[in-house]
Order: sequence, then C-alpha cells, then structure tokens
Amino acid sequence: MTALPLNNPQPTASARPGTVVEFTGVVKEFSGMRALDGFNLTLHAGEFVALLGPSGSGKTTALRVLAGLESTTAGSITIDGVDVSTLSTSKRDMGMVFQSYSLFPHLSAGENVEFGLRMRKIKPAERRRRAAASLAMVGLDDHFDRFAHQLSGGQQQRVALARALVTEPRVLLLDEPLSALDAKVRVQLRDEIRRIQTELGITTLFVTHDQDEALAVADRVAVMRAGNIEQVGTPEELYSRPATPFIADFVGLSNRIDGVVRSARAEVYGTKLPLIDPATPDGAVRVSIRPEDIEFALEGLAATVVASSFLGSLRRTTVRLVDGTILFLQHGVRVRPAAGETVFLKFTGAPVSTEQLAAVSAAPQQP
Amino acid sequence: MSGGFTAGGVAHAPSRTVRTVILGLVGLIFAVPIVAMIEFTLRAGLVGGYNVDRWVALFQSGFTGVYRPVLVALGNSVALAIGTVVIVLLLLVPTMLLVHIRFPRLRRGLEFICILPITIPAIVLVVGLAPVYAIVARLLGSGVWTLAFAYGITVLPFAYRAIQSNLDGVDVKTLTEAARTLGAGWGSILVRVLVPNLRRGILAGAFIAVAVVLGEFTIASLLNRVNLQTALVVVSKVDPYTAVILSLLALAFAFLLLLVIGRLGAPRTRTSRRRTTVKGPA
Repeated sequence: MTALPLNNPQPTASARPGTVVEFTGVVKEFSGMRALDGFNLTLHAGEFVALLGPSGSGKTTALRVLAGLESTTAGSITIDGVDVSTLSTSKRDMGMVFQSYSLFPHLSAGENVEFGLRMRKIKPAERRRRAAASLAMVGLDDHFDRFAHQLSGGQQQRVALARALVTEPRVLLLDEPLSALDAKVRVQLRDEIRRIQTELGITTLFVTHDQDEALAVADRVAVMRAGNIEQVGTPEELYSRPATPFIADFVGLSNRIDGVVRSARAEVYGTKLPLIDPATPDGAVRVSIRPEDIEFALEGLAATVVASSFLGSLRRTTVRLVDGTILFLQHGVRVRPAAGETVFLKFTGAPVSTEQLAAVSAAPQQP
Repeated sequence: MSGGFTAGGVAHAPSRTVRTVILGLVGLIFAVPIVAMIEFTLRAGLVGGYNVDRWVALFQSGFTGVYRPVLVALGNSVALAIGTVVIVLLLLVPTMLLVHIRFPRLRRGLEFICILPITIPAIVLVVGLAPVYAIVARLLGSGVWTLAFAYGITVLPFAYRAIQSNLDGVDVKTLTEAARTLGAGWGSILVRVLVPNLRRGILAGAFIAVAVVLGEFTIASLLNRVNLQTALVVVSKVDPYTAVILSLLALAFAFLLLLVIGRLGAPRTRTSRRRTTVKGPA
C-alpha cells in the first residue's frame, strides 16, 4: 500500500488537505446481532463529527470499524475516496484515543508519544523533537519522563492525545476519551481537544454518550439508534428541530404531553403550537416540549409547584397540572417559586416535535 | 502468607512488624532442613563432634571418581531447564496471548488443560509417556534433552498461573489496539508492548520451570534418564554424607541460577526517576 503517506518525513499540518471519510451501507454483525445496520455517514475534510447515542446503539462499533479494529460484514468505508475496508489497522494511518487508559505502562510519557514515530522508522533525534512538540501541544512538555502511574487520569488522556496526533494521522478517532474523568477535567480537556482539532484541521470522529459533550464540541452531531443514524445535523439543528421524539428526548430535556395534531398544528391544553415537521398527519400525538419553551404567566394553565432547584445559571422548576401531569420548566434564577404555590403557565410557541400515539413503540420514523 | 490481602492493595497491607514476623517464620521453616543438612555433613563420625573433613576431601578430589557423574547430571539438568523454559516461552506464552486477545472463549479450555498435569501423579504420567518416548527415541534419539518435552508438560500449571495472573492485571486488549492504531504489526506488538508488560509473569513462569526441573526425580528415574536428582540418589547409596554436600551445592547453584535469570530479565533501572513526585490531577 504505497499510497499511504506512512513514511512521509515531515508533512506539515497546514499543507495537508483535510481528509474525507465516507461510510456507505456499512453492516456489522456480532453473532447474529446487527450492531451496524446499513450505516451511512460522511465526514467532510477537517470536520469534527460526534456520534451520540445510548449504549448499544452502535456508535463505538462504527468508530472501531473505521479504525479497522473490527471488520465489516458488508458495505464500504473510504478515506479520500480509497476503500480501506480490508486494510489492516496498522496501515490505516489513524490516531485514536481510547476510553480506558491506554498508555504503555513500561514506557515514559515521551516514549509513549514516540511509539508511533518509532513504528514509522523516524530517526531518534527527530522522534524526540516531534514527541516533545506534541506533548507541548497538550501542555505536558515538562512530563516527558513521567510514567503513566505518575500521571493523573486527565494527564494520561492528554498524553494519549499527543501520542495519537504526533504521527499526523489522516483521521483522529476519539472513543469516549473523557468518560473516565471527573466533571471539571472533562470540560477542560473537551475544550482543549476542540482547540487542537481546530488548529490542526484534522478530520475527527468523536464517540460519546454525553449529549452536552457532543453539542459543545462538534461541528455536526450524528445521533445513533439501533445501528443507524436517526438524525445528523449541527448541534443547533438537533436541539431546536429534532426530527423524532427520540432525538428530542435524547438531546436535551423534554416534556412529553399528550395532544392532538389538527391541520398542521399541535394542540396541547388549548394552545396551538407550530410543528417542526408540517407534514405530520392529524391524530392523537405525544408532543415533546423543551422546558425553556414553557414559561410562567399571569394567567393560563394552572399548576402547583412541586419543587424548584437552583442549577447555577438557571433554575428548573417541577409543577403538577390539575390533571396530574408533571412538567419541567427552565427559567431565570431570579424567579423563585415555592413548593405548593399555585402558578400559571403558557407555551412560548416554539415549534415542537410529535410522535403518533399509535406508533409509540414502532420503528424509527422518517427523518 | 498474605493471600487474604489484595495485590498491591496498600490500604490493607499488613504492618511492617507483621510482615517481618511472617517473613521470619517462613524463612525459619525453609532454614531448618538446610541447617540440618549442613549439621549432618559436619558430623565427625559416631563418636560426636564436628569437622569439615568431608567438604575438604570433596573439593581436594576435584569432583573426580564417583562424584564425576553428578557434575554431568547437573549439566543435563541445566540443559533440561533451559529447554523447558524455551518451551514455555515459545509455546505457552504466545498461545496464552493468542487466546487472551483473539479467542477469549477458549480460555476455560486452555486453563483446564494447563492445570491438568498437577492432578496427575508423575508415576501415572510416566505410564502414558513411556510408549510416547519409544517413538520420540526412534525419531530424535534417546538424548537426555528429550525429557524437556515431558517437563514442558509438568511445569504447565505453574507457568500458566504465573503468566495468567500478570495477564489479568494488564489491559492487554486496549494496549494491543492502541499499538495497532499507531502502526505496529503483530511482531512489534509482541516484542515492544506485550513482553515488556508481561515481564514479571513470564519471569516468574521461567523461575518456576527452572526450579521444578532441577528438582525433578520421578520421570527421569522411571524413563532411565540421568538428571541431577537421580545422580544424587546414586551417590547417596554409596556415601550419604557426600550426597548431602552435593545436594547443598546443587541448592546453592539453583539459587544463583535464579538470581542470574532475575538480573537478566529485570527491567532497566528507573529508581531515580520513579522518585519524582506525582502531581495532582490536571
């Protein structure tokens, strides 16, 4: 496979055009179970795409198939137009950061970073220089001689990132690299990954089950369910225009209220709301409404406050309607409803997604 | 011993005194027979009293005469130990890695097969091995070294446990996958990633193999091969005092041998680097 720039001595990140990755109809079966079921996704050059989904949705399988760590049952995967389905992992030229700590315990941080360069037969002096530069990029230039057991979890994942990037791979694969870290480090490293990715312009596939993470860093988010992509779009699109109630529920918090669709409008508690998908047929539906799309008013829907919790920059209040339905509201911290208080609610009129009641448990709807 | 404590579990580790006491007791148990052997070789006949005459006589004779075969037998046993270690390294280690990484379902079966030899008495084993060795002798000759095949089987349970416990403590799958994404082929993975991280288990397995082979008597004796133990028995029938001296020397030799193997296999020293303090979380 001479086409791969494995031994390219000094490819500069800026001179390297971004890589396009394309999954076409990829199927992966594990002993009869379909982890990927005709999976299609295109990663544009230099794009940061997050694969988001609950566990078992096939997101990690998609990443591992791209890395070559799993074979495909059917379908093709191309990198810059070249099919790599049968290429071994070691020749795919990818950088990968794993969920579990994956530094080689017998090597120092610097030697870990040098490993990929050593495999590419780069001379020791250059190897050391590039490893040091890569460690500096993740802010650990003074940790060259430390071993994994002397580093914190966050530092280990930084070294793993430096190790994945030092060979200047065509694609960066991140397999839930933050899930083992505590909340504060997670946010720091998340933002740093995004900064480095933007600087290098490297095409990146990021697998996560944490919607906040996906929405915060990705150019586009692909939400997966049962081996397939349910919806792919920018974080804003997914949040404000969820194609299905599954997305509405999975991306952000949603209230689910029974209502009806009548002439392209959803009706809940006497309020008519616009639909995200105007083609929704008439009938009984379950409507998904974001907690920030319900607000307190002087008159309207009467409810009793159940609880209200302070979440830093906002406050989330739980209320019970007269018919017993529980709703969540999100609002400014200066409004402080007390439990037991009677309040009135109104809907802001933001477009909503619906789910036909008869088809609640059926297969994914049309995107 | 400290079997009830978790490996490396510093929080539950016994205190320094407890450790010293345990170590002292175990040491004492091992020391008693050795001291008794030394005492025996120093006895000056039936009248009582002690001298070093027998030691001096043995060394002055330069291991000639009746003792000569013991040296030859020692050579045989060392060669057998090396052969057995080679079998463990070239057959057992790769098999275990392959099963661990690629065929995890076979693990139970492999474990069963490897533990099996410990449940079979050596005498029973020989009954089965005798006809096999008739064929081996026809194909490869009846050299002593062929015993290494049998010893390769008898050390399986010990070597397997030693390596497996190390294998369980290392995330072999992730390390292997990480190395693959970094461009390493299977050869590089084995040499540069797996062996260095399994060094302790492999070394322990080799240690035990050497120790078992140097102490083996039954199989060699029943298959009419000469090794250290069978030669010592021959000598002890002629001169029990000298046999004990030779046993002590063999013990010292085995001890030195294990020490050397440990030195050769020890990772490069990094004590000075290890002392650097660990920083808090990033």
